Amino acid sequence: MSDSTLPYGSAQLEVRFRGGGFSPIPHRWMGALVFVVLIIFIEWGTRAGFISALTLPRPSDVLATFGELWDSGLLFRHLGPSLSRLVVGAALGASLGIGVGILIGLFSYIRAGLGPLVAAIFPIPKIALLPLFVIWFGIGEGSKYALIAFGTFTPTVVATYGAVDNVDRSLIRMGQSFGLSWLSIVRKIVLPGAMPGILSGLRISLAIAIILLVAAEMLGAQYGIGAYILEAGSLYDLERLFAGVVILSLLGVLTSGAIAMIERRMLDWRV
Amino acid sequence: MDIRLEGISHSYDDTEVLRGIDMDVPSGRIVCLVGPSGCGKSTLLRFIGGLERPTQGRVLQLGTPPEGCLNPLTFVFQDFALLPWRSVHGNISLVLEDHRIRGAAAKRIIADVLARTKLSEFAWALPRQLSGGMKQRVAIARALAVNPAVMLMDEPLSALDSQTRALLMDDLITLWERQPFTAVYVTHNLTEAVRLGHRIVVLSRRPGSIREIVEIDEPLSERGSAGAELERKLQHLWDLMRDDARAADKELLGV
Ligand SMILES: Nc1ncnc2c1ncn2[C@@H]1O[C@H](COP(=O)(O)OP(=O)(O)O)[C@@H](O)[C@H]1O
Ligand SMILES: [Mg+2]
Repeated sequence: MSDSTLPYGSAQLEVRFRGGGFSPIPHRWMGALVFVVLIIFIEWGTRAGFISALTLPRPSDVLATFGELWDSGLLFRHLGPSLSRLVVGAALGASLGIGVGILIGLFSYIRAGLGPLVAAIFPIPKIALLPLFVIWFGIGEGSKYALIAFGTFTPTVVATYGAVDNVDRSLIRMGQSFGLSWLSIVRKIVLPGAMPGILSGLRISLAIAIILLVAAEMLGAQYGIGAYILEAGSLYDLERLFAGVVILSLLGVLTSGAIAMIERRMLDWRV
Repeated sequence: MDIRLEGISHSYDDTEVLRGIDMDVPSGRIVCLVGPSGCGKSTLLRFIGGLERPTQGRVLQLGTPPEGCLNPLTFVFQDFALLPWRSVHGNISLVLEDHRIRGAAAKRIIADVLARTKLSEFAWALPRQLSGGMKQRVAIARALAVNPAVMLMDEPLSALDSQTRALLMDDLITLWERQPFTAVYVTHNLTEAVRLGHRIVVLSRRPGSIREIVEIDEPLSERGSAGAELERKLQHLWDLMRDDARAADKELLGV
């Protein structure tokens, strides 16, 4: 073989590789590494003194605060009500949102009627409506459920009807051509076809639900992660503030992990 | 059960697509629809299958569908139209569920059609795991499961490579010989039409009207070694279509 290159002398060059990139490859450890490096850096900075204690709390102190929360049992007294508000509010908002989204996706009259309404409601900062909800549903749990439900409702509606719009029409024609009933077509073709879009919308809706949890607990909540954070914030107690924030962000990671798991199980048919 | 088309004309908005189509689809025969692209073949097939209504004319079912027929007019689509989230088995059971056929009865039908389309080993595969040819065989199996009176096939082989196409064509012929079915088979491939059709309806370019109906009497099984007679028919069809095809080609560029 080497003979065949002889006549070209030194005029041979290996083709330079220029493909690759532009396609995400999972590197699980990378995310964790960034966290660890960041935390070590802050810990080191606060100990060495070039980050003052007023700028950022020391991570080890936050951990200690967290430990106290755990030991005193306060953690669960705060987490319990928050989780139940989150679950009830998000479940209400998401299921209503999926239902209305499907109706908008399927019926053009409903779309014409409700589409503009949803578009008008979408950009309202739901936090601004908290006083209204307090008047409507009382200062207790009702207004908190309502705020979280309302906040998850609109993004879920928009994601759901977009997902229904994107269901392959040729599959629906196929269903009709085999004489499937309307209900069968919706249940067996439209819903599963819209599932990827609905789930990715749910990811956003649940993040919004967590954001709104803090707002919901601004008024009349004695216990709750949000109440805890707000109280620490008003006292400028940065360790407790950060302990609360870390709990919220863990909650976010957990919900998005749960959705990823559902996606893996329900959408394993995707290429 | 026969199908009769009476005076079908159709326009989409200002575009006249079909003009005065009269034809019969006799039971137990394969009628091929050929014509340049855009002449309204798919549209005509949708009329026959009741997925769309023509602006003029009507489609008649003559006689009653055979006993045990769940869906008299059954499509096989060019793009297969399989539900990606259901297995091969699930895709076929989909069309039985609405007829309250479940459990053992469904199993028996599915096993039968899978055997007829040589898919028995793949019952639990998902569509994404199958090649194009296999997907179309699943779609054919699904159509057979409802025991159709007339199969409406819209370029069923066009999305496949030529080797797979030849294999599937042989499978279709075997299928027909074992148990003759009625079909309207749309294609733009004249060789396919001559190989498979008992009757070939040649449409002109848009607005599509019938230019000629060519009958081929030679049995399907004897058409493999293209005889002189078949060659002559093929040449005749090509002569009919050449000018239209050229004009249609230019027309698309002009739009
Ligand atoms: N739903 C539709 N709305 C408007 N025009 C259409 C529609 N479907 C098909 N057409 C037009 O009708 C003509 C015939 O289409 P089609 O039946 O798909 O042709 P073929 O299958 O013979 O290639 C084409 O010019 C196409 O653009
Ligand atoms: Mg077509």
